[in-house]
Amino acid sequence: MKKFLALLLSLVMVLALVACGDKTDDSNNGDTQDNTDAADFKVGFIMLHDENSTYDLNFINAAKEACETLGVEYTIVTNVPEGQECYDKAAELADAGCNIIFADSFGHEDYMIQAAKDFPDVQFCHSTGTKAHTEGLSNYHNAFASIYEGRFLAGVAAGMKLNEMIANGEFSADDAKIGYVGAFTYAEVISGYTSFFLGARSVCPTATMEVTFTGSWYDETAEKEGAQKLIQNGCKLISQHADSMGAPTACETAGVPDVSYNGSTEAACPNTYLISSRIDWAPYYEYAIKAAMNGDAIDADWTGTLATGSVVLTDLNENVAAEGTAEAIADATAKLESGELHVFDCSTFTVDGQTLTSSMADVDTDADYTPDTEAIVDGYFAESTFRSAPYFQLQIDGITLLDQAF
Amino acid sequence: MNKKQSLFHIAKRDTLPWYKAVLIRGGAIVLALIVCAIVTTLLTGENPIKVYSTILYGAFGTSRKSWVTFHNLAILLGISLAVTPAFKMRFWNIGAEGQVLIGCLATAACMICLGGKIPNGLLIVIMIVASVAAGALWGFLPGIFKAKWNTNETLFTLMMNYIATQLAAFFIIVWEVPKGSGKIGIINQNTEAGWLPVLGGQRYLLPILLVAILTGVMYIYLNYSKHGYEIAVVGESQRTASYAGIKVERVIVRTMILSGAICGLIGLLLTAGTDHTLTTTIVGGRGFTAVMVSWMAKFNPIMMIFTSLLIVVLSRGASEISSVFGLNHSFADILTGIILFFIIGSEFFITYKVSLRKGKKEA
Repeated sequence: MKKFLALLLSLVMVLALVACGDKTDDSNNGDTQDNTDAADFKVGFIMLHDENSTYDLNFINAAKEACETLGVEYTIVTNVPEGQECYDKAAELADAGCNIIFADSFGHEDYMIQAAKDFPDVQFCHSTGTKAHTEGLSNYHNAFASIYEGRFLAGVAAGMKLNEMIANGEFSADDAKIGYVGAFTYAEVISGYTSFFLGARSVCPTATMEVTFTGSWYDETAEKEGAQKLIQNGCKLISQHADSMGAPTACETAGVPDVSYNGSTEAACPNTYLISSRIDWAPYYEYAIKAAMNGDAIDADWTGTLATGSVVLTDLNENVAAEGTAEAIADATAKLESGELHVFDCSTFTVDGQTLTSSMADVDTDADYTPDTEAIVDGYFAESTFRSAPYFQLQIDGITLLDQAF
Repeated sequence: MNKKQSLFHIAKRDTLPWYKAVLIRGGAIVLALIVCAIVTTLLTGENPIKVYSTILYGAFGTSRKSWVTFHNLAILLGISLAVTPAFKMRFWNIGAEGQVLIGCLATAACMICLGGKIPNGLLIVIMIVASVAAGALWGFLPGIFKAKWNTNETLFTLMMNYIATQLAAFFIIVWEVPKGSGKIGIINQNTEAGWLPVLGGQRYLLPILLVAILTGVMYIYLNYSKHGYEIAVVGESQRTASYAGIKVERVIVRTMILSGAICGLIGLLLTAGTDHTLTTTIVGGRGFTAVMVSWMAKFNPIMMIFTSLLIVVLSRGASEISSVFGLNHSFADILTGIILFFIIGSEFFITYKVSLRKGKKEA
């Protein structure tokens, strides 16, 4: 038995020699790291899962696109859990000469902050995080996009579809109920389903909504069962904020129109897929990498918009969508961009029967969820303004939460 | 021996001379590497030697990589040491995952509820007691049920894993920041209350040292202590143990408490030592991998250093391969699977002799 370990050890040593031999090439590349030409500039990406997750695939595609456009060298590390491994990977990427490092999952944030403190010369950018504006580190940044605008526009398509179904006599106007499968009762999800609902109600005034939560960002079975439950409850159209194909396939089986998230599901669900909204991260990646290359400061909070190309709608399915949907979306898009229309316009919704005139939001993250910032500006709730990540957490009338365990 | 003859004759071997055992094991590893090389070339077109060197680079390429590798080794080895006394007693404790997690939960609870309210030294003492006690409880329950009512310990320990996971999930929702996110984040990031001290500027040194000591202690405990002897006898035959005057029930319960307590301690090292958070996946399946580590090393703590090193190097290398070659993580898992298959398979040829049948019977 001792020999086995001796053998193992010697094998490890021999192969280690091989590894060391190879390593010299690497360090040659690394010698001229200090100047910031595109050729010597290195970008690192930390991803929670790999390309099998739609969420991460969206980031991976954007990362490749941005780096190829800018012609910079990049490394993508996948399957990094939201724990110490994230710090280790960030530090390893910094060791390997990366000038800027991105992470894609909410739970990576604290470990990225830790790495930002330990590597002051490297820029750390974290998508979906909430703490950059309170941490005050010059090399740590958050980013998000005004995806609530994309949800709103997808909601317009959904409302048009409901109107069409009502006009066809499939159900009465009062039965126009939307179902929504959410992950957690998190601000990002609440902001998402509320904006979707407001979009739908802007064209179909009798619309109501039921929301169920799965307690996971990716749980195919729970999402499928959630969608089935909503359909049985009489929901005529389904949307989701969770990453699996559970809800779309349940809709395809039941023949219920579906608005998906993070990319088209048309291939798998040709008869029910309506439209999808997603965040395109490439504009942010390009912005941040360019800024880092030029030595410019990167915003602590960067919010992508329709104008920056960060909020996109994918592939309206003409076979399912109601007539005139594309025009209605184009119209609403123009109004959103001009500032004529606000998604969370206080005149379009009530909370407990009251129109809002003031709402304190929990913008500065703390363990007690202390509301700290007045979010109502000029008669609308200013989402993603005081920080990039969403903070709309109100329960508006017309939306029923079936469960709130998560 | 006058039944129908198969092509191969399989017989149990006497103890092999050491050089033969080494030859078989070495051959298995070489074969595994060759098969991996063929698979790599066929499936990806990459140069297998480069892939192997990338694996090693991923594990030991820089001093940071080496520290992380040795830390991962320490955690996996620690859990493997924890399950070993139970296995030696032929008590199939597959609940290490839950026993570690409950230790993490107890640690996190102390850090969140008491952090900043009591002196840090006292807090750490309370955390140690709490995590060890929580782990011990998770070991004690299946132990006492086995001893008193002969329940199936495999199912029992397995189910305790789910209870621990659900408890952790519940408390994560209670302590989540910000609301609804389902994440705790780093606990006491600014005050560092309840964080285990960093030795010599290297945060991974403390867990590595502790597990190194634990390995030595466990080796002595299993091989040279009265308890260790009792565990071995109970493992061989409970009846023999009873006749010899060993209180079997007591040994079972005591060993499981020990097993769980060490798991709880590893939970402390994870939550208070490095990760400073609690997630349901913080143990990351290592509670189950430890079973394999322990078995492959035939319950010898010193051998476990090498079996866990093998697994840790492979998994660290796996992540390096996937980012360097742009291959999916699963490809590295395939290579790991092939290597483990050959290593475990080689044990068969060490225990049994396989010969082709000749025309004549040899009796």
